[in-house]
Amino acid sequence: MEKYWRSLDEYKHGPDKKAEKVVEEEQKNLVLDLADEKITSANASRRDFLKLVGFSFATAAITSSCEKPVQKAIPYLVKPEEITPGKSSYYATSFYDGTEYCSVVAKVRDGRPIKIEANKLSPASPGGTSARVQASVLELYDQSRLKGPAKGTKSATWEEIDREVTEKLQEDTPGRKVLVTPTVISPSTRLIIDQLKGKYPDLEWVIYDEVSAGSIRKAHNMIFGKPVIPGCHFEDAEIIVSFDADFLGTWISPVEFSGGYARKREVSKDHAEMSKHIQFESGYSLTGSNADERHPVTPVESKAILSKLYNAIAVKKGVEQISEGKTSFDVAKIANALMEQQGKSILVSGSNDPQVQLMIAGLNVMLGNYGSTIDLTRHIKLKQGDDMAADQLVESLGKKEVSLLIMADVNPVYSHAGGADIADAIGNAGLSVYIGSGMNETAAACMYTAPDHHYLEAWGDAEPVKGTFSLQQPTIHPLYQTRAFQDSLLKWMEDEREYYQVLREAWKNKIYPLAGTGKEFEAWWNEQLQAGVFMVGGGPSAKGSPDLTVVNVNFPPVNDGMSLTLYSSVGLSDGRHANNPWLQELPDPVTKVCWDNYLSVSVTDAEEMGLSDEDVVQVAGVKVPVLIQPGQAKGTCSMAIGYGRTVAGKVGDHVGANAFRAVHHEKGFRNYTIEGVTLERTGEKYSLARTQTHHTMEDRPIVRETTLESYRKDPYSGNHFHLDAESHHDSLYPDTEFDGHHWGLAVDLNKCVGCNNCVVSCIAENNIATVGKEEVKNRRIMHWMRIDRYFSDNADNPKTFHQPVMCQHCDNAPCENVCPVAATMHSNEGLNQVAYIRCIGTKYCINNCPYRVRRFNWFKYVNNEKFNFHLNEESTKMVLNPDVTVRSRGVVEKCSFCVQRIQEKKLEAKLEDRQLEDGEVQPACVQSCPTNALVFGDMNKKDAKVTKLIKSERNYHLLEQLHTLPSVGYLTKVRNTEGGPDDQEEHHTVHHS
Amino acid sequence: MYKTEIRGPLILGNKSLGQISEEITSPIYQRPKMWWLVGMGISSILMLLGFWAIYVTISTGIGTWGVNNTVGWGWAIINFVWWIGIGHAGTAFSIFLLILRQEWRSSINRAAEAMTVVAVGCAAIFPALHMGRIWDAFFILPYPNTRGPLWVNYNSPLFWDFIAISAYLLISASFWFLGMIPDFATIRDTSKSKIKRMVYGFFAMGWRGSSWEWKRYEGLAFVLGGIAAVLVVSVHSIVSTDFAVSVEPGWHTTLFPPYFVVGAIFSGFAMVMTLMVIIRKLYKLNDFITDRHLDNVAKILMFVSLIMGASYLTEIFIAWYSANEYELFTFFRNRLTGEYTIQFWIMFICNALVPQLMWFKKIRKNITAIFIISILINIGMWFERFNIVVTSLAKDYLPSAWVDYTPTFVEISVFLGTIGIFATGVLLFFRYIPMIAIHEVKMVNKLKVNKKR
Repeated sequence: MEKYWRSLDEYKHGPDKKAEKVVEEEQKNLVLDLADEKITSANASRRDFLKLVGFSFATAAITSSCEKPVQKAIPYLVKPEEITPGKSSYYATSFYDGTEYCSVVAKVRDGRPIKIEANKLSPASPGGTSARVQASVLELYDQSRLKGPAKGTKSATWEEIDREVTEKLQEDTPGRKVLVTPTVISPSTRLIIDQLKGKYPDLEWVIYDEVSAGSIRKAHNMIFGKPVIPGCHFEDAEIIVSFDADFLGTWISPVEFSGGYARKREVSKDHAEMSKHIQFESGYSLTGSNADERHPVTPVESKAILSKLYNAIAVKKGVEQISEGKTSFDVAKIANALMEQQGKSILVSGSNDPQVQLMIAGLNVMLGNYGSTIDLTRHIKLKQGDDMAADQLVESLGKKEVSLLIMADVNPVYSHAGGADIADAIGNAGLSVYIGSGMNETAAACMYTAPDHHYLEAWGDAEPVKGTFSLQQPTIHPLYQTRAFQDSLLKWMEDEREYYQVLREAWKNKIYPLAGTGKEFEAWWNEQLQAGVFMVGGGPSAKGSPDLTVVNVNFPPVNDGMSLTLYSSVGLSDGRHANNPWLQELPDPVTKVCWDNYLSVSVTDAEEMGLSDEDVVQVAGVKVPVLIQPGQAKGTCSMAIGYGRTVAGKVGDHVGANAFRAVHHEKGFRNYTIEGVTLERTGEKYSLARTQTHHTMEDRPIVRETTLESYRKDPYSGNHFHLDAESHHDSLYPDTEFDGHHWGLAVDLNKCVGCNNCVVSCIAENNIATVGKEEVKNRRIMHWMRIDRYFSDNADNPKTFHQPVMCQHCDNAPCENVCPVAATMHSNEGLNQVAYIRCIGTKYCINNCPYRVRRFNWFKYVNNEKFNFHLNEESTKMVLNPDVTVRSRGVVEKCSFCVQRIQEKKLEAKLEDRQLEDGEVQPACVQSCPTNALVFGDMNKKDAKVTKLIKSERNYHLLEQLHTLPSVGYLTKVRNTEGGPDDQEEHHTVHHS
Repeated sequence: MYKTEIRGPLILGNKSLGQISEEITSPIYQRPKMWWLVGMGISSILMLLGFWAIYVTISTGIGTWGVNNTVGWGWAIINFVWWIGIGHAGTAFSIFLLILRQEWRSSINRAAEAMTVVAVGCAAIFPALHMGRIWDAFFILPYPNTRGPLWVNYNSPLFWDFIAISAYLLISASFWFLGMIPDFATIRDTSKSKIKRMVYGFFAMGWRGSSWEWKRYEGLAFVLGGIAAVLVVSVHSIVSTDFAVSVEPGWHTTLFPPYFVVGAIFSGFAMVMTLMVIIRKLYKLNDFITDRHLDNVAKILMFVSLIMGASYLTEIFIAWYSANEYELFTFFRNRLTGEYTIQFWIMFICNALVPQLMWFKKIRKNITAIFIISILINIGMWFERFNIVVTSLAKDYLPSAWVDYTPTFVEISVFLGTIGIFATGVLLFFRYIPMIAIHEVKMVNKLKVNKKR
């Protein structure tokens, strides 16, 4: 072995052992300079070494074998200018689903639209949304959407569809070529359809509304020569008389109407004025539940009362009378009131009977309402459907006369009375193409499906009201292989342009000149995109004077049996949103039932027929469970449409029964009132899920009300209990002081109509789980916000009270002191907070919350097959708000006053070095409330709106006698009826428990 | 001082000390009897059912129970309070009767204490299990931590509850075990089996029976007894604050602490009675647990029942007297009448009326009758807890939130499971531990011998 050496010395004498040892020792100390000598000098045996190695390996193996989810955050290679991770961007756009229009702002977070907000700049839908609009964002991510062009169940290519359709369009065949769409309110789309028709003159265009309002247009055509639905301005009406029109819930343009309605219901000490609302209806609708006077009448009697009223006014006005139906109802009082408020009243009807609409229009003409509360110049462009044309199409389909059928976003297979036959008949068409975003019964029956974008993915525009233009812009790149409906049409007319181009050209050529602005088009266009809505003056009014001689009524003999009314449900509308779990789980505002439809029957009828709740009956060919509804007119029953879908998706399939099958087609109008039905008992029982099962207040001062008359005399009327409770708030403990903010929420019970918009808005904002019918029945719904609905004692025609209840953020909260682990505590801004990570789920806080607003995660609601709703799918989970934790199993959750929004705005203000402005922070429920019934703000600021409301005479706190000191205040409900209030506090003395 | 000539001997049969040891320890040396094996089989099946239900609850969630967003506590808390109540008897029995110098307790206290330990163990299952996140249950401990530090909420009755129950379990178990040391030594010394000698020897902790040891033993028993006496009163008072501190109508009352303590003693003594009758019958220990013992317990039950009745009436009276509409509703329209009227009247009849039959000597002497009454009392006491927990929660302030509550199979199974655990524990006690305190009985036996003429 060769020997190496470092120095000659070493070479001669061998390695210097001593020196080496010193070096070694030094090195050791370098490494272990912290260890004492004992350790450094200790001998580590091989056994120790092996022990250590073994232990390290074992630890490494154990710790590394606990699998952790792989999470990747991939940064943008080139960051888009408008995207800052963690910060939301907002885009104004337009919601239109074929029946309902709403101007909205889409909140986009990291490229994903996650929430729909109200567009406060829009004059068309005054700063609010509806439950359907709120829920629409979930439908973007729905897995049942059509994901790519398909032929039957097999996927196809766009080229294949384009070729087939174009060939068929160009072909000279004897059959009819038909394009069926819902009402198109997009001016640019109408332009494209016109061009398409210009190119292919034999192409017919049929407009099909699932729920028709054709008779209103017909009546106006007859009287004014103008087939329109006039604009209704409830904000200008002193008296509202509605015959079966649910204008706060679903009728024509509910968001706009409820906004206007509520503006006229705002009462304060200085302004003790409000409209008077009289409702005639057979079922108990949301609108009826808000009326000052509600008369449950059968549809036949309703028509008779209307004719009597018509004649009463006609006599005074010297107009020719009409034949009058039989009724014992005395219309004199209403007629006098209407005569007193000429030009300041409004009469509406939800009926699709042209005779009824003629009388309504006639009355409004006689009372001079056209031009003040009813607007023909700025008429509503929704619901332009032609029932007769649709029926004819169905007929020719049956006769195999159709060679090309393009169905765009309509679903007659489901929503037409003869739907089942249509499904077969579509097969007879030479070529049938379905264009639309979601899967449905009609799409399943068509040969080809050409999927359309969801509205949040697409460009577009809308003119919901004459002269109001609204833009729709994409907020996300199309998720699937979809193509805009307009692009498909352009392709089929061999136009090379893209729809976006057409849209801009249309705006440049048609709408930009209306603006009359000096700005460049580009600048103007960008402004409009930002604002979302652009308004110009209306069109011309009616030609000549109205012709009232056309008003003609006849009263056919009344059939035996009951009359059945079909209505759109507040949640599902006409069924197009059936696959949306948020809407399915949304309780009906009046009956509080969700996940089903049912037949509402009056208390007296049920007694006479011996029916009880949940008995299944057969009515007009539909099998449906019975629900005994106080306030339902005797001799009538009603049932919601929108249920009973069969091809909707995992959520919406086979929920409830399809009431469209009972629609009566009469003289070209679809009639939603069916006379002479009988209820056949099947002997079955079917359980319904209700979120509230006790319906009266038990004389407790929960919702306090007064009448306008008493309110004028005494602003505290109906609310004396509050003064009493306030005077008893003595405590041994010092009051908590909030030196920064002190957040509060005021709920004006007079403006709240109970539309449920806030409930869905809260679900979307706070990632609230859907639990399904069984769990709702088990009373475990997760909604943080609920609308309590109480009936007064009169079972034939009870008064209804709606009361939104969320966490009251009590400053002396009973829930806080009972939590053993201090998981729920008070913030220094008056918020009652829950630290989910600390919560161990004893549920004591749930028990000790007298408002019962706390919710427990009974199961794991995320990634759980048993809760196969939006939280069980990767795509629908994209809707989750990253600012809000998704709660795990076993923790308690509740309303946080949208603390994430408070923090966001506080941070913004801090960065800009300024104070928060009043109204800057808006929780989700407040932001999108169509009636502005909710006001949020800092109660420490004297001039804040919420402070003024909470200090007003109408304010009270729920269960205030418990000394919980809530931060939520309720303002008494004021009814515009005569006489004194049912002063509830008369029955009450103050108790302290 | 106990006067035998007036009250008769405590231990019948004029037994020698050796006889006493032999008779009491005989079950330990004999092969298990058929009824014991059958009993063990049934209770094991129940226990397994309970374990399955516990598994389902922990793995799937509290959603497997019938509780909901309005009634947050259901059977779990009813059963918890019920078991804690039963668990009162042993310690209460030993301590109070010790303080009152009631020598007749000696024959019964061992079994009563065993019952306490098993029952409190059963009770402890429920508050743990009804937590949404049982894996984080340690948050309830005020341990030093690096999160702030983050402490528990000392205001919360649940925290008091946790402390009270764990202290009670600890002291009861120590007290019970201490009492058994001399008897374990007896078995160690008499057993012929090597294993038994080893095992009992281990638990006897080297007991030699010297007077020095007896002195220390008595001293320690006295100290533990003193602590336990306080705990007996505190534990159920604190359990009652789980309810009394809240704002719920029917819960928020100052009557609750004494009412709960008395109720607990009531149910505990009833359970003692049930067990005594069974032991007497099965092990033929009539000489030790005499008719007089049962008569005494029956008299206590009868008296406590009067207090229970008075409590019920007081609650109802106060509800009316306060004129508080929520209290009025809870008591008059939701308990006396209304949806929960059956449960209320079962409670009232079983607890306040039926025990009054024991005014009659004939009934007190009838073992079957008092056995049935003791069972009825425990049923009544279960319903009392049902009334408190469910009726108040189901219909409280806002009628919109009113619900019905029905337990699920899983929830019922957990309860059956704890009955299985209790029965198994008691059966094992019969088999492996002298069920009557040998050394104490010997002391009272001597008392009789001395007075012999």
